[in-house]
Amino acid sequence: MKKIKTIKTIKINPDKCTGCRACEMACSAFHAQPKYNIVNPARSRIRVFRDEGNDIYVPILAGEYTETECNARYRMIINGKEYGECSFCRSSCPSRDLFKEPDSGVALKCDACGEPMPEGGPMCVQWCATEALTYGPERTEEVEVVEEEEEEEVEEL
Amino acid sequence: MRYAETGYNLEIDLSKGSVEKVETDPKLTELHLGGQGTAAKILWDRVPPEVEPFSPDNLLIFSSGLLDATPIPGANRTIVSTFSPQTNLQIHSVMGGFFAPEMKYAGYDKIVIRGKAPDLVYIWINNDKVEIREATHLRGKGSHETAELIQQELKQDKAQVAAIGPAGENRVYVATIDSSCGCASRGPGSIMGDKRLKAIAVYGTKDIYIARPAELFEISLRLRKEISENPNLGDWMAYDENDAFHHDNFAWGNARVRRKGYWNKEIQERFTKIKYEHLDRQRSCYNCPKTCHNVISYPGRRRFSYKCYAKDTYHMAAFQELDFSYDILGVTQEYGLDSYSTPQVIAFAIELYEAGILTDQDMPGFPSDVRGRFLYLIEKIVHREGIGDILANGVYWAARQIGKGAEKYDHNTTKKLEQLPIKLGKLNPPYFLMIATSEKMAITQTEGSFPQDPLPTREEREKFVRDWVAAPNDKFKQYFLEWEKREVVSNEAACAISDWNETMHYIDDSVGLCGFLSSFRGQFGGRPGADSLLGGGPAYHIHNIPHLISLATGMELDEAGLWEIARRNRNLVRAVNIRRGMRRKDEVPPADHWAVRDHEFEQKLLDDYYKFKGWNNDGIPTRETLDKLGLSYVSDDFERRGILPT
Repeated sequence: MKKIKTIKTIKINPDKCTGCRACEMACSAFHAQPKYNIVNPARSRIRVFRDEGNDIYVPILAGEYTETECNARYRMIINGKEYGECSFCRSSCPSRDLFKEPDSGVALKCDACGEPMPEGGPMCVQWCATEALTYGPERTEEVEVVEEEEEEEVEEL
Repeated sequence: MRYAETGYNLEIDLSKGSVEKVETDPKLTELHLGGQGTAAKILWDRVPPEVEPFSPDNLLIFSSGLLDATPIPGANRTIVSTFSPQTNLQIHSVMGGFFAPEMKYAGYDKIVIRGKAPDLVYIWINNDKVEIREATHLRGKGSHETAELIQQELKQDKAQVAAIGPAGENRVYVATIDSSCGCASRGPGSIMGDKRLKAIAVYGTKDIYIARPAELFEISLRLRKEISENPNLGDWMAYDENDAFHHDNFAWGNARVRRKGYWNKEIQERFTKIKYEHLDRQRSCYNCPKTCHNVISYPGRRRFSYKCYAKDTYHMAAFQELDFSYDILGVTQEYGLDSYSTPQVIAFAIELYEAGILTDQDMPGFPSDVRGRFLYLIEKIVHREGIGDILANGVYWAARQIGKGAEKYDHNTTKKLEQLPIKLGKLNPPYFLMIATSEKMAITQTEGSFPQDPLPTREEREKFVRDWVAAPNDKFKQYFLEWEKREVVSNEAACAISDWNETMHYIDDSVGLCGFLSSFRGQFGGRPGADSLLGGGPAYHIHNIPHLISLATGMELDEAGLWEIARRNRNLVRAVNIRRGMRRKDEVPPADHWAVRDHEFEQKLLDDYYKFKGWNNDGIPTRETLDKLGLSYVSDDFERRGILPT
């Protein structure tokens, strides 16, 4: 059986970001064990790239871990200022400490606050006051719905 | 386990080049919370009154508030405490931005600097790694430029940097310390410069523990949503284009001329156009949903951001318009000059020049146009060149150094510090008390919970009071209900109102909450909706702050307990200053602040307030007052020194 599934994503609008880093605070608290036990933006799976002098504020969600250093060789020029290839990168990798647990070095990745998602959406979105982060439908996909049937069977048993 | 705080201070001696991580006594948190409270305790214990501000023995303390770095929105203040060369008293200085939360993530509640470096240095703090690094290559650089250069040098764009500009390096008394959109005013930049400390950079990756985490997070998220939606919170000047309030009511030039009816639609349209032509964005301090800071790019100037009345001070001092302030702020913010004191110093100098007290000999090549004059004097002051070397000491000292009748032109200082340029008709009793007795040294840092003006009708007052959740008790509601004329306030009410107003600031400055969500923001009205989490009034008030402190720290605290801590901190700050010589004779608002004065009435009012506060007739806390607050070590010291009778 096939079904149309809506894929929702966190959308980032850097123009609306005020640089407050509430998203970092909230993410680190939400993913703490026990939940909310600590605050530590260095453990966050989102970070706000901030360059005040150039008026650039870009929230970046942690992506996949890459095992080897990437071979990116590029410069990005924004408002006449150059940024290196790592500036807006969302991977954790061996060559920098971003998106890793500061003590263990374990790589961090955004899970959109996992399953079940908190009521009201991912925490970073809930804490964003200016809609620089929003959560909504991105695209639709055709998916096989086998799991649901299996779950029902389990319930019957 | 320490909750909400790290339990450690970082002690750095720049003379010795030593760095020490010192565990703090949790008892002090219970007594003083943090921020300015615990800083006052350190200044009392470790800086004897004979220590000159420019002595290596003076301390420069960067404190976080107790609630900074927790989920509580708008808890982000960095409190800078030291002694001022301008007043010889404790500097009250608080900045927004990101610095103090980052200090805590690096593992420190405070950074305490003593000594003097042999040459210009900066400090790099990355968790337990602390380095004192050479900064001679940063000499003369602007404060925000310095931050950027240090981030590049350290290859750490997440480092938060607090820096001085050339004004601080040259020990200009009106020099600031700047960090991101935050600015520590009332002179601490001069002490940082005296210590030859160009900047502190900090980046931390440690945990801040929360005592009752789920509850605090849940309530913080609700607060963040309500604060965000409430138009009565934050800095309305960031959004509201109607600025008749300052332009019509505040004094222009050297705090002289009130231009009632100046503001009109045409000016508003012109100012709005200038703003939006140059506005890049509105930005926020750490973990705050408000966007109080307007980021401005002005041709030929480095990008800067401003908040509140700092938008007006330069052009009003110069009888100009907004474009003038934008042009000048792009210069002065990099130099690290206080936007409140500096325009008054310059307007004062221009008046002296026009009066023939300062001449072309004092100011060779002094331009004839006002823009040129401001820029000329800014250069002289920042580099302490010629007349600038005198003006750099602020209006009070400059007037006395210049002499020849210049003293008469110093008409807007209290305790030797430039005050807001406000000249009114009739005396508003609580305002007399607040300006006279505040050791925050600025009315904006003292007023704020009780409205500035009565509402015209009983119905409106009743409506206001109905939703007024922030009022500590019914007594304050009664004062407001019965208040009809601004100048008619009973002494009893004036004392209680002044006390409540400053108490809220002492709370904010110990826990790190922003005044625009708290102590400063109640005066412009509560908002309907007592059923909301905030109720009427500011986001934070005496009824909800104790609970937030309990959730964050695990301390058991109620309203009475919080009020007592604030009173303890307030009396300790006063004790520090009393020990340095401050007395009743210094508690004098500017003579022309109000046109109509009544010496006898005012002095009786001051007598009553001293009694209310538990101070003797010279403004000194009595033994009874001090002992009740657990400050018997202060009363003992006062008796030993003959400040209090034995």
